[in-house]
Amino acid sequence: MAHPAVMQTPANRELGSGVYNEKLGIWVFLGSEVMFFTALIGSYIILRFSNPGAFAAPNTVLNIPVTATNTFLLICSSVTMVKAFAAAHDNDMAKMKWYLLATTLIGASFVGVQIYEYTHLIHSGFLPSGLREGSHFAELATAGELGLGTPDAGVAGIYGSTFYTMTGFHGFHVTVGVICLTYVTTKAFRGKYAQTDHRGIEVIGLYWHFVDLVWIILFTIVYLI
Amino acid sequence: MATTALPQEAAHAEAHELPFIRKYIFSTDHKIIGIQFLLMSLAFLGIGGFAAMLIRWQLGFPDVAIPGATILPETMAPGGYLLPEFYNSLVTMHGTLMVFFAVMPLLVGVFGNFLIPLKIGAPDMAFPRLNMWSFWIAVPAGVLMLSGFFVEGGAAGAGWTSYAPLSANSEYSGVFLGQQLWLLSLAVLGLSSILGATNYITTVVNLRAPGMTWFRLPLSIWALFITAILVLLAIPILSGAAIMLFFDQTIGTHFFDATGGGQPLLWQHLFWYFGHPEVYILILPGMGMVSDIIANGSRKPVFGYHSMVYALIAIAFLGWIVWGHHMFQSGMNPTLGMGFMISTMLIAVPSAIKTFNWMGTMWRGSIRFHVPMLHAITFVAMFVIGGLSGIFMASAPVDIFIHDTYFIVAHLHYVLFGGSLFAIFAAVTYWYPKMFGRMMDPFWGKVHWAITAVAFNVTFFPMHVLGAQGHMRRIYDPNQYEFLQPLQGTNTLITIGALVLFGAQFIFMGNFVISWFKGRKAPDNPWDDNGVEWTVHSPPPHLNFAETPVIYRAAYEYSSPLVEEDYLPQTRNLGSDSGPAAKPAAG
Repeated sequence: MAHPAVMQTPANRELGSGVYNEKLGIWVFLGSEVMFFTALIGSYIILRFSNPGAFAAPNTVLNIPVTATNTFLLICSSVTMVKAFAAAHDNDMAKMKWYLLATTLIGASFVGVQIYEYTHLIHSGFLPSGLREGSHFAELATAGELGLGTPDAGVAGIYGSTFYTMTGFHGFHVTVGVICLTYVTTKAFRGKYAQTDHRGIEVIGLYWHFVDLVWIILFTIVYLI
Repeated sequence: MATTALPQEAAHAEAHELPFIRKYIFSTDHKIIGIQFLLMSLAFLGIGGFAAMLIRWQLGFPDVAIPGATILPETMAPGGYLLPEFYNSLVTMHGTLMVFFAVMPLLVGVFGNFLIPLKIGAPDMAFPRLNMWSFWIAVPAGVLMLSGFFVEGGAAGAGWTSYAPLSANSEYSGVFLGQQLWLLSLAVLGLSSILGATNYITTVVNLRAPGMTWFRLPLSIWALFITAILVLLAIPILSGAAIMLFFDQTIGTHFFDATGGGQPLLWQHLFWYFGHPEVYILILPGMGMVSDIIANGSRKPVFGYHSMVYALIAIAFLGWIVWGHHMFQSGMNPTLGMGFMISTMLIAVPSAIKTFNWMGTMWRGSIRFHVPMLHAITFVAMFVIGGLSGIFMASAPVDIFIHDTYFIVAHLHYVLFGGSLFAIFAAVTYWYPKMFGRMMDPFWGKVHWAITAVAFNVTFFPMHVLGAQGHMRRIYDPNQYEFLQPLQGTNTLITIGALVLFGAQFIFMGNFVISWFKGRKAPDNPWDDNGVEWTVHSPPPHLNFAETPVIYRAAYEYSSPLVEEDYLPQTRNLGSDSGPAAKPAAG
């Protein structure tokens, strides 16, 4: 819509919060994201406490080294995101562009590793509905090697349900973030940001750090505990 | 109050002349988006009301074929008699449409959009394009919801609360795709609501005109602001729960399926953790707008303005810790029930503060009984009845007897229809001139009000009696129980009341449509109101204000001794005023 005047604040008007609209808006929106993940994580906590035997021991079904590497990648992307913002702040536009590109690529590789992980898990029989009968994991479960409360493969259903829903929605958020980052990076390479106005970078940065923070919580409670 | 800068304003509006599709369809103007929400949600109000008529006919005249219903397919009403499965779908869709697609968008979508920028003196929302998306995401959600009626197995039939496992397993309810469409629709609508709430909160915080401090805000804006916070935090819980239930049905997860390690009760907890704040989403904006209208109709400042604000905040906060009162009979730990009972009853305190303040506002006022005022007073009266019956439900020992009976149906309609919908009628008739630039006809407005107020009570008051005698809700054929057979007369009376109530709404609809084209041209300030929106044209031009308004005083200075007229607009500088506070945020 060709009304830039609407998007910006009239000169004679002071912003109530002292923070520009897009920044305040993303903080408010992240409030709702917190509640969304609270619904998923809260359900996970309740279901896990009420049925501890349905959850496999750490590092039996889920591969901790692979995901730990992925976690490290995502944290690195948060660092490059901050570096990009700091570069914009210091008017070092070349540095800003490359750090943005790095953030986008690392974010995309996180999604790639997660797709690899899902493919591998599904192939070995770990499904949202439980362990596939006759699969590799089902055999391990029957042999008592997954640390499940009972050797009954069906009982692990809730394990797969919570795992795929939580990590899947996180992955969806990362994907949305990568799409937005691609847009911001393209804009940056076209020279659309300046030291005086790089709001887009700060806003996507806030979202990106949020997604990173959620992953650190998910990695801890889903993979490590 | 005509503004001094008319020529400038006209030129301003002209400079932004847009093609039709940009101006009225994919508009970013908050006023147009508000009107779009109004038309959409009134349509859903009609559809939801029609569903209620079919339900009532089945209960009131079970032995008579519904007139004209033979056009419905065999899977719904063979020979004009509803099938039990279709009855379940109707009950579910009536509740869902009324809550999510009629009352909620009417209050939040329509008046949040229309009033917030105008009343705080802003040119538009903080994010006009996002605002457009909020509307155009809500439309496909509505289409998804209605499409349930046209798929195999019919529309969702597990009630608007969709309790698992009934909703989780299609073998139990006989509904296949319909339930999934229901869940998808709510998840999509949730996104629309969250984007809208983000916009409202940012706008109120950031874009208030100079001098519009927090405690100069009209109560309607306070209420919409607090409601937006509730929407922002409550709706994602529903989205999360809906997605989990959707996965249970589609990819075989076991969140709410006990055989796979899940917990059916978890759905109720998640649903009501969203659902109880939702109840206040459905009433708080009404309370705010009614406060504005009652002050205007009484020609007096709102009694206890600050306590009204704190009461809104208290209700919104308490709304988060009472969800268990919906679950006294669910098998939840009774010890928890005690806590939920006490926290629920605490809500009576801020609610009573508001009610007494409304009466204090009217007390010794020189009341103008214009149509919005009549609806506003009815709101207060009906809200008191609904609030008092709420105490019965909140009391766990009483709830054991009246849980899931018509008593709860009576209660929720007294607050949702008697409360919210009368507030909506008040607000629509009050701001109609500002929206469309024409007045609604006051005579037909009063006729509509009078029939609605009487027929409403004929319809819903006897439901208390039904409930107290054990008549369960959501029942297709109560006469299968011998002890309910003597209540058939009451059911017939209720149905007659409901038909009259539904019929009366055609008066409103006619008045609404005809006034749009033929109504008397509205002056800028037809109600002698103090609000900022009444200082500009009806309807206001694009971007609302030629110059940013400056606010000098509180929202409700009616009958002030400082001026001759009995109202004193917020933008009026009497010369003696020291001007706006240095920073709007300082309030």
